[in-house]
Amino acid sequence: MNYLADVGALARKDLRLELRSRDTFLSMVLFVVATLVVFSFSLPAGTEEEAAYGLLWVALLFTAILGLTRAFAAEREQRVLDGLILAPCDRSAIWLGKAIAVVAFLALAEVVALPAFALFFEPLTWELVAAVVLADLGLAAVGTLLAAMAAASRARELLLPLLLLPLAIPIVVGGVGASISDDPGRFLGFLALYDVIFAILSWASFEYVVTE
Amino acid sequence: MGLALAFYWVPDAPLEGFRQRIFYIHVPVALTAYACFGWAAWKALRLLWVRNDRYDLESYTAVHMGVIFGILTLVTGSIWARTSWGVWWSWGERQLVLFLVLFLFYSAYFMLRYSVEPGPRRARMSAVYALFGVVLIPVSFLAIRLAEGLIHPVVFDRDVGSNLAGSQLLTFVICFAGTLALAASLYVNELTGKRVDERLRELREALS
Repeated sequence: MNYLADVGALARKDLRLELRSRDTFLSMVLFVVATLVVFSFSLPAGTEEEAAYGLLWVALLFTAILGLTRAFAAEREQRVLDGLILAPCDRSAIWLGKAIAVVAFLALAEVVALPAFALFFEPLTWELVAAVVLADLGLAAVGTLLAAMAAASRARELLLPLLLLPLAIPIVVGGVGASISDDPGRFLGFLALYDVIFAILSWASFEYVVTE
Repeated sequence: MGLALAFYWVPDAPLEGFRQRIFYIHVPVALTAYACFGWAAWKALRLLWVRNDRYDLESYTAVHMGVIFGILTLVTGSIWARTSWGVWWSWGERQLVLFLVLFLFYSAYFMLRYSVEPGPRRARMSAVYALFGVVLIPVSFLAIRLAEGLIHPVVFDRDVGSNLAGSQLLTFVICFAGTLALAASLYVNELTGKRVDERLRELREALS
């Protein structure tokens, strides 16, 4: 119970900070809509509908990276992380709280992005929405851990996409598959499997990444 | 090392069919790369478990070897694809695509190492990343299998490994053992070099 209270407090802290400044969320929304507009020009006229789904996944992935590069910005600039590590709570609670906040940002950005996609390109299906939800969970789990790593490095924002993109390839495969295949259950199952494996791994290893 | 090379090259000669010969280089090299990545992850796990900084260099060297053999796999696989299908690259070849993903992943490992200050934290971060890598191997393999049906409905069933004759199997095993020995000797060599380097740096710092 105590653990959950810690997680809740940490997630609330991030969401409240975001509510006051609104910079991450707004830039994510603008970015994803702008990307979709650029894609609509880069698709040759009369291309198949499947290409649009592929591009949607690329847009979502890049939006997630954009949000994740800012995930630990406040912690780094104000040296909050040192304080959090000294706080009497389990270190993995920091990861879980941050991951929940990241999922919330992603979900908010997608609440705008998915209707925009439906407006510009193809109608939404329930498979697509389910795949997006599962992909958010996976991206937030892995991305939070890697963002903590990148925040500790000199290259910072540059490093995160390099670290995350190879790990995100299975998510893109699962997401695109679930949106266009005739048998989306297989791909949704794969996404869920990915989420479970990498969430456990990130949860267990976060402590090693943040402690000095 | 010379011995390993001799073992590695000699049994290659008596094979029939020029095209198939690269199989005896490509597949052992690929398996050796997997072995290196696995070894790196094992050392990484030991590092996190026992907290002995000695394992950091060992894990790093193993990843280094794995990337070298991974590049060799990409090159030989590409040549094989050229001779069999007439193209240098085919997205239908699962192993090659997997190696491309792994190559990108482990290149990022080097980027991570070079941009973090040396110390126990870097050691642990690299170890966590190496562990992620070894989990990524089966996950991406599954993903590529799933994607294959999507992008290429045609399945390339070229599973040569399953129907090897006796003499071919023997050659293959010898090649595999040779490659592994080559990798192991390179690993020991590199590790000694890196240890000497580190010791030298410590001594220099102690002097100044």
